[in-house]
Amino acid sequence: MDWGFILERTFSTMFGVEVMVFALAAVGLNVQFGYGGLLNFGQVGFMAMGAYGLGVSINYFQLNFLAGVAFGIVFSIVLALILGVPTLRLRADYLAIVTIAASETIRLFVRWRRMKEITGASEGIGEFTDPFYESGLNPFTVGQRYDFGPFSYVGRDLWVLMVGWTILIITVLLVKRLMSSPWGRALKAIREDEDAARALGKNAYAYKLQALMLGGVIGGIAGMLQVIQKGSIQPDTFNPVITFTIWAILILGGPGRTWSPIIGSIIYWSLVSFLENVLRGLPEGPAGTLEDTIGLSDFNVSQVRFILVGFGLLLLARFRPQGIFGSREEMALDDR
Amino acid sequence: MFAAALAATLMPLMFGGQASAQGEDDPPAEEAPAGELDLSIFGQLRYDDPTTGDKVSAPNVTIEVEGVGTVETADNGEFRIAVPEPGDYTVTLAVDTLPEGVNLVNPDANPLKTTVNQGSDQRVLFPLVSGDAEDSTAGGISFRRFAQLAAEGLKQGLYLAMAAIGLTLIFGTTGLVNFAQAELVTWGMLSTYFFNFYGLAGMFGFLAPLPPPLGGGVNLVLAAVLGVIAGGLLGYVLNRFIFRGARRAGVSLIAQMVMTIGLSILLRYVFVYIFRGAPRSFGDFSAQRAIKLGPIELTAKDLVAMALSVIILIGVASYLEMTRMGKAMRAVSDDRELAESTGIDVERVITWVWVSGAALAAASGVFFGLDQVKWDFGFRILLLVFASVTLGGLGRPYGALVGALVVGLTINLSTLLIDAEVKNMVALLILALILLFRPQGILGQRERVG
Repeated sequence: MDWGFILERTFSTMFGVEVMVFALAAVGLNVQFGYGGLLNFGQVGFMAMGAYGLGVSINYFQLNFLAGVAFGIVFSIVLALILGVPTLRLRADYLAIVTIAASETIRLFVRWRRMKEITGASEGIGEFTDPFYESGLNPFTVGQRYDFGPFSYVGRDLWVLMVGWTILIITVLLVKRLMSSPWGRALKAIREDEDAARALGKNAYAYKLQALMLGGVIGGIAGMLQVIQKGSIQPDTFNPVITFTIWAILILGGPGRTWSPIIGSIIYWSLVSFLENVLRGLPEGPAGTLEDTIGLSDFNVSQVRFILVGFGLLLLARFRPQGIFGSREEMALDDR
Repeated sequence: MFAAALAATLMPLMFGGQASAQGEDDPPAEEAPAGELDLSIFGQLRYDDPTTGDKVSAPNVTIEVEGVGTVETADNGEFRIAVPEPGDYTVTLAVDTLPEGVNLVNPDANPLKTTVNQGSDQRVLFPLVSGDAEDSTAGGISFRRFAQLAAEGLKQGLYLAMAAIGLTLIFGTTGLVNFAQAELVTWGMLSTYFFNFYGLAGMFGFLAPLPPPLGGGVNLVLAAVLGVIAGGLLGYVLNRFIFRGARRAGVSLIAQMVMTIGLSILLRYVFVYIFRGAPRSFGDFSAQRAIKLGPIELTAKDLVAMALSVIILIGVASYLEMTRMGKAMRAVSDDRELAESTGIDVERVITWVWVSGAALAAASGVFFGLDQVKWDFGFRILLLVFASVTLGGLGRPYGALVGALVVGLTINLSTLLIDAEVKNMVALLILALILLFRPQGILGQRERVG
């Protein structure tokens, strides 16, 4: 077993694209759920809106890259309005039902045969990322591999990472600032006791809608970064499991805390990468035994990850809903 | 309870005609060592006559299975070609041998890759259309189509209703929105599949050589009864070992809801780990021909399953209305504290609600499984289940029934106007509209839910 290789892969994952994308999406969810108490189970829908907003406006409407980004953001806001307006006046679980349904519906819609010309249907969209990589700001050579101690990335990814982590850190700091502003404190008050906040004259509905939109936009940007790194948009990558992974990450780090999305994402992806690389790198003997007894093979190693995500989410919600580092005071998993 | 009803109704069928038919198709394992079973790939080529709307068979069409051989379809359009062993095969239809003016609906799906599993023949489908391939998608509005879609909508609505009532019962008594309900549906479907092919104990590899019914598979009807029982059992286990403890520890409902989501992913990926990704079908009744009833065509299994689901739903209604436990369920649903103070053992009621809710979901999965068995089936219909429950008003069993029928009919009839591919989107539309204008549901009472 090549431990050096496994550790290198694990270390590179720690600050890799997945960690960055999922952390950013979790920052969005943190605004909605951690601070606002909104049960958004369709974060992947916002990611899809961002990604398709970008891809469609560049590929179909022939707009430039920045206009594409703007459209991705607009799409995310529109989705938040569609989801929020009917549900946010109602009990919290209605939003959960509608968001989970909507994210699946978006996937069905963009892969609809008749949308072929616009969204590329099941084949998705490619060739919209050139302006990003060919930008004069990119200091790296796209094809070259860069090593920094135990970390090793391709130049192409390094550029995405640089942009992505910058956006991520700025977003986290902005959210931190926002949550100590009057707006953020009103939002937290609504999370704690909506009736009391309303009695104080706060328009709870408007605050919740704004939180849903803000979190959705952050999710949309995460979606854009993801497809920029992949170089293509595939409808089926936006499946509900992504949402649940984001939830697991947020609860792992502790909802309602500034840095929890990043910490949760690093822990989650390091564990996943370590586990997968160990399982895939097993020598013949133990690997054969595993295959004979529980049918584990290269083919279904990745399914083990989702089994563990589910199990982890179940255990966390049951025993530590405030997350590993969270405090009971900020715990937002509460009745409404 | 439901299981017993199922068994009683279908007993004559089991030991009647179906038993002999099964004997011909699947020689018992003792006669032929595994691997030499008569496995085959089969199917039937038919298309709708554009003028009369009748089904027309396509004879003398050449079908080739790569590495095995070729076969021509018989006068009734059927073909069957024996394959040496389970595995992946590529099936090609020679397009130039099709009758004049008949085309494949989906030319991209030729050649077709298919997987033959141990112990079951594999059906392959080559949908045909008379005229241009594009025409079939347009579809017109005719009475015949309307009637057929309404029948299919009713069928889907009836099956959905069982899953939806299960969900709404659990919500009514515990306040919990159970996202894992979808997996309870899949569980019923998959456990029935495993009973059907491996018998009572054969899914554990080392027990497989036991004589039937322990190993080697049981008839689908018995397997379905076992599947529903397995559903109830899983409901009991989930409540007893996961959610009862959570309720006692005072875990909030929202956290419990996140728990059901974790449970849902956990179960779903355990299913795909064991069952693999490809869709399969049950061993019996898989290749039935449709029966004509006026303008409607349904297979015999559909008719039996629809009749059975009506019986089950009536059974549920009378259970809720007439038995002590049913009344207790409704009482706890209405007002938990009041029910508790009148001496109802609420935990016992909740146990029964979980058992019957999960068994109902499993029954729904069994009926849906008559068409297709797939590891994420439940998750695919989760949106429809939620739409049904919300439409009827969360926590109201009769509302869920009405909601499911409305959802089933609406989404199927909507294909008169839109592509079948996106019909589930209509359910989301229903959901959004009902939440905007009548959030308490069509049968719910006017009360503030915010």
